[in-house]
Amino acid sequence: MSQSVKRTFAVFVEDKPGVLNRVASLFRRRSFNIDSLNVGATHEAGVSRMTIVCDADEDKAKRIEANLYKMVNVLWVDDITHKQSINRVLALIKVNCNREQRDEILKICDVFRARAIDMSPERVTIEITGPQDKVEGLVSVLRPFGILELVQTGTVAMTRGVEKHDLAHPTVPASRTSAA
Amino acid sequence: MTPANPKVENRIGESLSGSRIIWEALVREGVEVCFGYPGGAIMPAYDAMIEYPIHHVLTRHEQGASHLADGYARASGHVGVCIATSGPGATNLVTGIATAMLDSIPMVCITGQVPSQLIGSDAFQETDITGCTIPVTKHNYLVTKPEQIAPTIREAFYIARSGRPGPVVVDITKDAQQQSCVFEWSEDEIVLPGYRPDYAPLAEQLEEAVELIQSAKRPILFSGHGVLKSQATETLVEFVEKTNIPVACTLLGLGGFPASHPHNLGMMGMHGETWVNKAIQDADLIIAVGMRFDDRVTGNLKTYAQNAKKIHIELDPAEINKNVRVDVPIVGDARTVLKELLPHVDDRDRAEWLAYIDEIKGDSAVRDIKNLPDLGKLYAAHVIHDLYRFTEGKALVVTDVGQHQMWEAQYYKHDYPRKLITSGGLGTMGFALPAAIGAKFAEPGESVWVICGDGGFQMTQAELSTCAQEGIKVNVAIINNGFLGMVRQWQEFFFGGRYVATPLLSPDFVKIADAHGLTGIRVEKRSEVEAAVSKAEATEGTVVIDFRVEQEDAVYPMVPAGANLGDMIERPPKPGTHDHNPIFETGEDE
Repeated sequence: MSQSVKRTFAVFVEDKPGVLNRVASLFRRRSFNIDSLNVGATHEAGVSRMTIVCDADEDKAKRIEANLYKMVNVLWVDDITHKQSINRVLALIKVNCNREQRDEILKICDVFRARAIDMSPERVTIEITGPQDKVEGLVSVLRPFGILELVQTGTVAMTRGVEKHDLAHPTVPASRTSAA
Repeated sequence: MTPANPKVENRIGESLSGSRIIWEALVREGVEVCFGYPGGAIMPAYDAMIEYPIHHVLTRHEQGASHLADGYARASGHVGVCIATSGPGATNLVTGIATAMLDSIPMVCITGQVPSQLIGSDAFQETDITGCTIPVTKHNYLVTKPEQIAPTIREAFYIARSGRPGPVVVDITKDAQQQSCVFEWSEDEIVLPGYRPDYAPLAEQLEEAVELIQSAKRPILFSGHGVLKSQATETLVEFVEKTNIPVACTLLGLGGFPASHPHNLGMMGMHGETWVNKAIQDADLIIAVGMRFDDRVTGNLKTYAQNAKKIHIELDPAEINKNVRVDVPIVGDARTVLKELLPHVDDRDRAEWLAYIDEIKGDSAVRDIKNLPDLGKLYAAHVIHDLYRFTEGKALVVTDVGQHQMWEAQYYKHDYPRKLITSGGLGTMGFALPAAIGAKFAEPGESVWVICGDGGFQMTQAELSTCAQEGIKVNVAIINNGFLGMVRQWQEFFFGGRYVATPLLSPDFVKIADAHGLTGIRVEKRSEVEAAVSKAEATEGTVVIDFRVEQEDAVYPMVPAGANLGDMIERPPKPGTHDHNPIFETGEDE
C-alpha cells in the first residue's frame, strides 16, 4: 500500500449544467475527500477545466481517475501530482496595520512578492498568488499583526512545457496498475 | 431506422408536440412495451401514447414500474422502459433505479417534470429527480425544450445499453411535452466525446495472463454477471474444457456457466458451498471473469485467497483494484478476452487439485438437506429442490431477497443463461413479483416462477392486480415461514436469538389471490408439492402458492459478514437440529 499524498487532478469537462454537481457527488459517494476544487472556462468553447486536490494513495488515485472517466461529461483526466507543474493559489488578506507598522508589512509583502491592494489608516489588504505553502508562509508572518479577514481560492494547476490535451481523442485511462 | 411497425407514419420533418416526439423516439428505439403510472406532469405524454404501437402496462406503484422494466431488460437483454410523473412518481422509481444500477441493467426511465418556469419554486409535485438520481444512474438528463427530446432519448438508450449497462433517467418538463417543434431523427453514430464504453484488452496483459494460467497448479475461474452480459457462455465452456479449470459462480453469474457441467463447483461466497470457498482459499490462481469481488463474495479481505495470483477480466476499469488487489487486470469484454486467451492456453495436469476439491466436496454433500428425509415436515430447501425437479429446471425463476433467494441459488440448478433473475447487488425486497411480470412480457413463452418470502411478497403484492388486469401468468411460490427469515437467522446466530421485529403476521395468501380473481393454493406437506406445482403450471392466469415451511430454518453453509471465507457455519447433521448457536465476532460491519 503506497503512501497517501496530496494529489492534483486536471479534469476537463463539458460545460453543461450540473457537471460540477456530478463530479462533487462522485467524490462524496465514494468517500474521496476533496481538499479543493476549482472550475473555470478554458480557451476551447464548451470545455471547462477543473483542478481537484485531494488526499489519496496510488490505488485510490487510479480509482478516482477511472471513476471520473466513467462520467459521460468528463472528457479528460490528468493526474499531474508527479508531473512538473505550476500550482497557484490566490489569497486576499486583510490585516491590522497602523502607521508605524506600514513599512514593515510592505517589506514583508516584497519578500513574498505580494501586493498591497487596499489601504486605510488602520488596515491593509494584501493580494498574493503562489503555491499553497507560500501563501501559508505569508499568513503565518502576518498573523501577529492581527488578521481581520482571509479568503483564498483553491489550487489551479497546469503542467510545464507543452502537453497537448487532445480532447477530441481522449486517451484511454491506464488500467495498468503498479501491482504487476 | 424507420419504425418497425408499418402503421406508424414517417413523421420526420413534421411539426410535432414534444409528447408525440417521446413516442416517436421510443418506437424508433424498438420499444414495444413500457411500464408506468400516469400523473399531472406526464399527462401530455400519456395522452399522445394512444397513437403509437407501444403497449403500456399500468402498475400499482411506480416502484413496481421500475422493477417491471428491470425484469423485462434482464429477460430480454434489451433496454427496459418505465415512465412516471414528477415528484412522488419519480421518487418512487428510485428503488428500482438503484436496483438496476447495482446489477448493471439497461433501463431508460422517463419522468415528467413541472413546467420549466416553475422549476425551483417548490411547485406541486416538484422534486429535483436528476439531482436525486445522480448517484444511482449511469447518467441522467433534464429536458426543457421539445427539440432536445429526440436526441436525448437516443443518447439515453445508447448509454443505457453500451459498455457496462445501467439505468438512465430522462426528466422532461411539462412545457417541453406541450410545445411543438420539427421532429428530426438522426441515424448517425452517436458521438459523446467523454463517453468510452468499450475497451480492448492490451496484448501485454493477455500474455501475462496466459503465463499465469499455464503455470498454475491450483487455478479456479470465477464466472460472474459479465459472462451473461457479454454472452460468453459458449466461449467460457470451451475455455474451461480446454484448460480443465474448475469454475465457481457468483449469484448473478448463475446460469452463465452450466450448473450441471462437471467443472462447475457451484456458487461462492457467504452462502456458497464449503468446497467452493475452501477451493478459493487454497487456489494459487484466480481468473475472475465479469465480477467485482463484492463483500458477500470475499468475506474478510485481509485473509481472502492469500495464496492466489489474480487475473481480473472486467469491462469497467473502475472495478480494478477496488476491493481486491489483482496481479493482472484485463479491461475488456469477457467474451472478447476469453476468445483472445483461448488459442494460447492448454490443458495442464491438475489431477491432484481436482481430486482435492472432490475430496472436500464429499463430506459436505452428505449433509445437504436435499439428500435427507423430510421427517413429515416442509423444508424450504425441499420445496425449491422439488420445484426444480418438477419444472425440469426449465423455468425462468425470479427470486426476491433473503433466505429463499439463497436456497434457490443452491437448489435450483440453472443450465442456461438468463433463467434466473434476482436483485443481487442492492438486495431489494419486493423485487421478485414485479420483475417477474416484466420478464413474462419479454418472454411470454417461458414458464415464469416467482420464489419469494412472505415478507418480500407483501412489499409489492399489489402488483397481483397488474397480473389480473394484464392477464399475465406467473406462478408465485411464497416460502412462508412467518418470519423475516434472513434477519431472524442473523438474530439467531449473531444477536443472541432476540427476535426483534422479525415475526410476521401475514394475510391469508390464498384469499389474497382469490380476491384478485386469481388462483391460490396452500401447501403444508412435502407430499403436496408436486400436485401444487402441476396445478399451477396447468392453470390459466397467475397462481399463488403459499408454502407453509418450517419457521426457524437457516441457510447453510454461512460465512458470517466480514469473517474469513474459510470459516463457515456448516450444515447441521440433521435438518432442524441446531447443535450450536455460533456467535461470531466479525469485527467488521456487514
